[in-house]
Amino acid sequence: MPEITLIEGIRQGMDEELARDERVFVVGEDVGPRGGVFRATMGLFDKYGAGRIIDSPLAELSIVGVGIGAALYGMRPICEVQFADFIHPAFNQIVNEAAKMCYRSKGDWTVPMVIRAPYGGGIGGGLYHSQSVEAFFAHIPGLKVVIPSNPYDAKGLLKSAVRDPGPVIYLEPKKGYRLIKGEVPEGEEILVPIGPARVSRVGQDVTVLAYGMMHHYALQAAEAVAAQGIDAEVVDLRTLYPVDKATVLSSVRKTGKALVVYEDNRTGGYGAEIAALLADEAFTDLDAPVRRLAGPDIPAVPFSHPLQDWFMVDPEKIAQAIRDLAAF
Amino acid sequence: MATRVIMPQLGESVVEGTVTKWLKKEGEPIAEFEPLVEINTDKVDTEVPSPAGGVVLRVYVGEGETVRAGTMLAAIGQPGEAPPEAAPAPQTAGAVPAAPRAESPAPAARSELGFISPVVARIAAEHAVDLGRVKGTGQGGRITKKDVLAALESGPAPAAPAPWEQPALGELFRPTEELFGKTGEAVQAPAAAPMPGSLVPLDSVRRAIADHMVLSKRTSPHVTTVMEADLSRVVAHRQAQRETFLRDGISLTFTPYFVSASVEALKAFPLVNASWSERGIVVHRGVHVGVAVSLGEKGLIVPVVKDADQKSLRRLAAEVNDLAARARSRQLKPDEVQGGTFTITNHGISGSLFATPIINQPQCAILGVGAIQKRVVVIDDAIAIRPMVYLSLTFDHRILDGAAADGFLARVVKVLWEWGGG
Repeated sequence: MPEITLIEGIRQGMDEELARDERVFVVGEDVGPRGGVFRATMGLFDKYGAGRIIDSPLAELSIVGVGIGAALYGMRPICEVQFADFIHPAFNQIVNEAAKMCYRSKGDWTVPMVIRAPYGGGIGGGLYHSQSVEAFFAHIPGLKVVIPSNPYDAKGLLKSAVRDPGPVIYLEPKKGYRLIKGEVPEGEEILVPIGPARVSRVGQDVTVLAYGMMHHYALQAAEAVAAQGIDAEVVDLRTLYPVDKATVLSSVRKTGKALVVYEDNRTGGYGAEIAALLADEAFTDLDAPVRRLAGPDIPAVPFSHPLQDWFMVDPEKIAQAIRDLAAF
Repeated sequence: MATRVIMPQLGESVVEGTVTKWLKKEGEPIAEFEPLVEINTDKVDTEVPSPAGGVVLRVYVGEGETVRAGTMLAAIGQPGEAPPEAAPAPQTAGAVPAAPRAESPAPAARSELGFISPVVARIAAEHAVDLGRVKGTGQGGRITKKDVLAALESGPAPAAPAPWEQPALGELFRPTEELFGKTGEAVQAPAAAPMPGSLVPLDSVRRAIADHMVLSKRTSPHVTTVMEADLSRVVAHRQAQRETFLRDGISLTFTPYFVSASVEALKAFPLVNASWSERGIVVHRGVHVGVAVSLGEKGLIVPVVKDADQKSLRRLAAEVNDLAARARSRQLKPDEVQGGTFTITNHGISGSLFATPIINQPQCAILGVGAIQKRVVVIDDAIAIRPMVYLSLTFDHRILDGAAADGFLARVVKVLWEWGGG
């Protein structure tokens, strides 16, 4: 099995869906001949042409708006927002139009579209190329929010998102684009269903719940503390909305201790919802307070490298939090 | 430091024991594991080995005294060492304390236990774990989920007196107040008006029987159903096999036949081999049949034939013999009187035709076997003389209804009637 990068998983997923269904097309800034700023659409323009790999103006509202219209018209758009930091102009389109269309038309109209956006910090991107936006969208019924943490899920979730009858926000941990590698079988249809979380490391002492880059770090931290005799279980949420309650709850019911890791600002971050879910539905199984490890509540990820390191959750910070929780 | 010798808890419901004989006196040297004292409980007599080598520094409980499990019996240490202060032994039966006693500390209050997490509180409540007995290993000595689960696993019933490998560490060596934060719930009888007469002191057997009978009657709605069984074939079989069995040293009584017939019926009616719980009826996989053995005035005891469904008549006969003999000489091991899933009581031995036995909790039913008598019965409109027995089944009406219970009992009757193949 070839080892590929996370971004190659995304590229392959799009390639296969473009080949499978001619209603599928990609629209976004620089996705055409340039192959995207991160090279996610590398080679697709040559293969599928300007009619299906469409360079857009620098206007996210328009990228998403075009996608919604095309989806209503029967197409299967993949909208690329170059950085999640710039998704905000499209917020109204996503929240007011895409998310509500099915509901307000009693199911007569659906918006089968994927909105891809790289998110997250730690890449020296500063204030406007480092943001985490998942909490905004995981708050909106009518949307689905997925975040892959490895090449296999990246490919499989992308393909499932394209085939989903509703709008899917597909967020990509950009620091992991080339950092995270994994084996993905060739010549075989990979579909990772939207919904189920995955227990990526079985353990007994503490459950670490994470997604995206933080999941990758959580696995490293779990290995680090294993050497100190702490047996951490790691759950990769994969789908943030709707969340896989059963997997989350059953893991925490087993260990009695939960650490939720996310790199977004702590207050109101997505992990806060997981913490609340555990407090609500696993209370009598808890042996320790549900802990959150998240970015600090400051307006943005700083540009300065030392300050960026201070902001970012990393494997050592996760390992320390696991140790603290295990000792409780 | 002196090692404390503590009254072991020798069975699930055994909460006290009587010191029958000290095998070493104060000042005498003793080796580790050397027998130190003989203990008598309602279920077993046993010797307690010394948990350490040295000399017997002090004996705290005199011969004939009855104390609760966990009470310090003696201290072992080096010559000249000061013996520890004795903790007061709760509920001593009459005898004068052998040593000065300090005030009993109150059971550990919740606040003294440190933070109790929701899951620890729940597990403790569900399994009636006294958290005062659980050692905390969490932050600040907090009791963690693992601690309470470990305590649960080590169990409230150290069935075998095993933890001698680690003297002064096992449950047996923990101070009384840790083991028994609160005294057991006593069965209160209404105060009797003073009448002329004498008071017979309760020994541990009497008290255990009393507590269990009251508990059982209060727990299960008892219903008794009675059927009659023709034992012609059983009697003939026994007559024919007696000599053969005897050659192997097995005295063949009727009891193994009733055990065997019950096992057949239990297999056909698994709900009888069950226990009530609030979560549902627990149907037991193993078939472990208790056989009540009378100890005369000393009460009775119910040794258990484990896995009776795996055993031949010969094996059952041998085991029943062995268990009964050792019950009478009080040499049963604690685990041989535990874990039954069904009980047979042979009240016929004292001439009773039928009776309404009380269920041995937490079982579902008990089979009473009456006296075997030749009686006149009508068979095919002819009068015949047959060895007959009344079988009475008392069952827990929460688990079984009359029809199911009758089905079970009818099967027992049928197996006995058709003994050796119809």
